[in-house]
Amino acid sequence: MRDVDQNSQRPDFRERRLDEIRRRASAIGTVSEPGIRPAGSPFPKASPQTGYYQQPLLKEPQWTSLVPLYFFVGGASGCLGVIGSLADLLGADHELARRARHMATAGSAVSSVLLIADLGRPSRFLNMLRVFKPQSAMSVGSWVLSGFGASAAASTLADMLDTQRDGSKVSTFLRAVGRTGCTVLGMPFHNYTGVLIGASVVPAWNNRIRSLPREFGMSGLQSAVGLLELTGETEGNALNAIGLVAAAFETWEGLALLRTEDRELAPTKQGTTGALIHAAGILSGPVPMAFRIASLFTRKRQRRLRQAAAISGIVGSLCLRYGWVGAGKVSARNWKIPLGISERGPVRSSSESSTDAELT
Amino acid sequence: MSGATDHTGIQPGEVTAFLTDSTLCIGCKACEVACKEWNDISADGYDYTGWSYDNTGVLGHSTWRHVKFVEGQITPGVGGNSAQQLSWEFSSDVCKHCEVAGCLEACPTGSLVRTEFGGIYLQPDICNGCAYCVISCPFGVVQKNEDDGRAFKCTFCTDRQKEGLMPACAKACPTESIKFGRVEELRADAELRLATLKARGMSDARIYDPTDTSVKGIHSLFIIRGEPETYNLPPKPEVPTIYLKEGWTSAAVEAVAMVGAVVASFLFWGRKG
Repeated sequence: MRDVDQNSQRPDFRERRLDEIRRRASAIGTVSEPGIRPAGSPFPKASPQTGYYQQPLLKEPQWTSLVPLYFFVGGASGCLGVIGSLADLLGADHELARRARHMATAGSAVSSVLLIADLGRPSRFLNMLRVFKPQSAMSVGSWVLSGFGASAAASTLADMLDTQRDGSKVSTFLRAVGRTGCTVLGMPFHNYTGVLIGASVVPAWNNRIRSLPREFGMSGLQSAVGLLELTGETEGNALNAIGLVAAAFETWEGLALLRTEDRELAPTKQGTTGALIHAAGILSGPVPMAFRIASLFTRKRQRRLRQAAAISGIVGSLCLRYGWVGAGKVSARNWKIPLGISERGPVRSSSESSTDAELT
Repeated sequence: MSGATDHTGIQPGEVTAFLTDSTLCIGCKACEVACKEWNDISADGYDYTGWSYDNTGVLGHSTWRHVKFVEGQITPGVGGNSAQQLSWEFSSDVCKHCEVAGCLEACPTGSLVRTEFGGIYLQPDICNGCAYCVISCPFGVVQKNEDDGRAFKCTFCTDRQKEGLMPACAKACPTESIKFGRVEELRADAELRLATLKARGMSDARIYDPTDTSVKGIHSLFIIRGEPETYNLPPKPEVPTIYLKEGWTSAAVEAVAMVGAVVASFLFWGRKG
């Protein structure tokens, strides 16, 4: 007991208390007031208002901290693949496109490692590829990751062959396959993780099934731009424009989340997970937007401002993934929502601490 | 009552089910013990929940049967209870073996399959521990064993059923609170039993079988008293695949926007200088 002071430990105090209980019992036949409350009391009950002793119905997601990191790396890689495939087709910036392709290849390799390391039986990763189930976002994701990784590798291989001999048939073929694969598969790869967690029984995720793919996707786009800028691509305006679009979208999504007051979303607004998601909203929304707009008006500080926007966007994206995955774990512990029990039902009395104090 | 080694007479292809009747359960936990023994599941330790005689707590990777202890209100006259005693409700929980099963839909390896008896079986030699089934079960049944790395749940004693034996829990149950049989027969049995209970004045008895949700019914029917929430049975369980359409639509729209942003930006500002 917390509030037991020295005085109450003395034998005469206890004897007096026993006398008091005896007096009361003989006077009215029962001791109705709580004498000494056991720690944790009043105990939960099983009832339509309190569920089964307030035990959570759902199981918590059992993913390790590698999974949100995978969400980040995968989201960025998918967009890097798209940028790397389209940038030199549309513009003339071959250097940027090549860098994006190589980063996408590295990113998809890292993604695979992270995903496999999170499995309970990593040696059985290939079991993911023994079936294809469109009804399982996890199955679709595994295939998309594999296909994207192969396409990105084909692009990189074509680049390597070209340094030996320009425009060989093999490299032209690999480039065409890689470019198509990275564009087509980069689209689902950069945002499927939003569908993956949204189409689950976890209330907070499920509630945002529509916005999670959008938010995760744009966050991935912003990190892709940021990673390219941090490796030196701060000259052209194309990346800045993409970054602006992503940051503006994240601002809008952040405000939309703030406006929604569904109780399923409590873990995204309170506690550590809420703090992370709030930080994500600011760091990937208004902050990079301000830096990017400011960079348009100064030539001297342009590089610095864009690097600041890049770092802010990347940190914001990491906060977003860790915040949402953490919020899912908190959300799964909610015993009321899956049972459809309203917030106003009788719950454990809030006067718990005051009854502890009464003892002393 | 069938003898110990009698064949159930149920052939592969017929859909089997449990009917777990809380009005017959005496809370002996024989089903939990039988399940653990037959399936060789590890012990859970000697932890006390502190809130009732239910020290098992929840279903999980090492608990495939879980007897719930519901301490009811003092309601004189109902079910023959003394006016002074609170009523005890026991209900042995188990995997629901859903008609449309979230875990089965979610499994990316094909480890989870529907058996020839209509139950859901997790093949432990295929499972790679991705844990996606864990967050796809609306009943919170499947769980990954962090030490082993794979997910586990009730097998519906498929191994026994193949040999014409009833599942271990049903066989060990001393009061036939856990009945095993063909699903359509048990559904009829449940209705009969409900009528009997109602006739005896147990007006709060009901059958739990969510056929009107996307789960489309379960193969582990329950007879309970009062609201399903009291037993941690969700009144409206939904298979999460019903949200896929919304999710993929949104993802597709965003993906097109993403590519659009990239294309537009490089078209307009792609050339240096």
